[in-house]
Amino acid sequence: MAKHVATLACTHHPFYFKATTALPDQQMPQAAEWKHKVEAYRDTLARAQPDILVMIGSDHFHQIFLDNCPQFLIGKAPLYDATFYNEMREFGIPKYTLQGDEDMSRFLHQSLMDQNFDFAFSNELKVDHSIVCPIITVRPQNDLPIVPIYTNIFAPPLHSPRRFYDLGCAIRRAIADYPSSKRVAVIGTGHLSLELGGPRQFMETGPDPVFDRQAIEWLRSGNVEAILENVTHPSMEKSGNATHGFLNFILMLGVAGSEGADYVDSLDLFHTMEAYFTWYPKERAA
Amino acid sequence: MSKYYVNKFLFTVDRDPQLLKRYIEDPRNLVANWEQSIGPKLLGNEVEATVVHALTKAERQALVDHDFVALFEMGAHFFLNLTLFVGIYDEPYMTRYGPLSFHREFASKLQHWRSLDYPSITT
Repeated sequence: MAKHVATLACTHHPFYFKATTALPDQQMPQAAEWKHKVEAYRDTLARAQPDILVMIGSDHFHQIFLDNCPQFLIGKAPLYDATFYNEMREFGIPKYTLQGDEDMSRFLHQSLMDQNFDFAFSNELKVDHSIVCPIITVRPQNDLPIVPIYTNIFAPPLHSPRRFYDLGCAIRRAIADYPSSKRVAVIGTGHLSLELGGPRQFMETGPDPVFDRQAIEWLRSGNVEAILENVTHPSMEKSGNATHGFLNFILMLGVAGSEGADYVDSLDLFHTMEAYFTWYPKERAA
Repeated sequence: MSKYYVNKFLFTVDRDPQLLKRYIEDPRNLVANWEQSIGPKLLGNEVEATVVHALTKAERQALVDHDFVALFEMGAHFFLNLTLFVGIYDEPYMTRYGPLSFHREFASKLQHWRSLDYPSITT
């Protein structure tokens, strides 16, 4: 069976590439520290020596729109193009081609359906910065095949925090059942408190620094009970209109098995809190 | 009111450099042209028409005026509303006032919503 070797959950700040590749005199003051933290985080993936990456992100109205909007979707293709024109325009992110793994996509899709998750699928998926940003940060050599999974964190109604957590658990079980000798890492991205297109965007801190600190502690300790007790759609809305990206962190806690994280780091970038978590699955008695 | 149709406008213009250029240079004509020949097509299909949606007068005016405050108040999706107008105004603001100055201006024009429940984006 496949070996689940690491779970990574992090924010996907689209400005990272531009911020750290600009000429030194044009870089933001935090650029060097940001780069240093990201490179340290990158090592936590390399250490696990993965063969395949299952990547969880959320399309930001790039391929998916309100005319046809799935809650959960899995990519099943031999290759995935990445980076849309408007992402290049706004964030300066380059174009990529990522290798797929159709066999694993097919297996995960069937397993998730069998576990009562009605996944949509795509045989022609162009992935956006929710999946490309972690490639840039934790696997810039882009040398591994991926299985992309999208969640809807954007177009209401959204699934409950509990459903996201349960999906993470189902993904963990599906990987454990995959008949392969490959080493699988799961990488998911989302947000802590975040405001976009509203009155609290791009302030001196993220829109809710109290939530950010609390969320980091919950994830550090793997305290899913506290998250499910305290985090609701109205509470996320109150923390910032795009805070629903935190649902992907909840999902990742399900993938990790709601244990304490083995690696935690964060960076206060004035308008948002960046956060980086890695879990290494523990050997469990049969 | 059609939040969906306003979002469809923002979505289709934001992803097309030619439409974006026309929306910058001549918003009134671009909006009129969009209502005639782009809005009424199913997305991703040049052949099939749809008659489901239409812009209201207020929605049309807000789009013609690049009025992101009015669009926010009508419940346009926050991401589409931000990304399209960043595509239009980020560069000129950056040149004159420095990085992220348009993002901050956008927020400052919405300060009267800060302690209120925002308009619903549900479509």
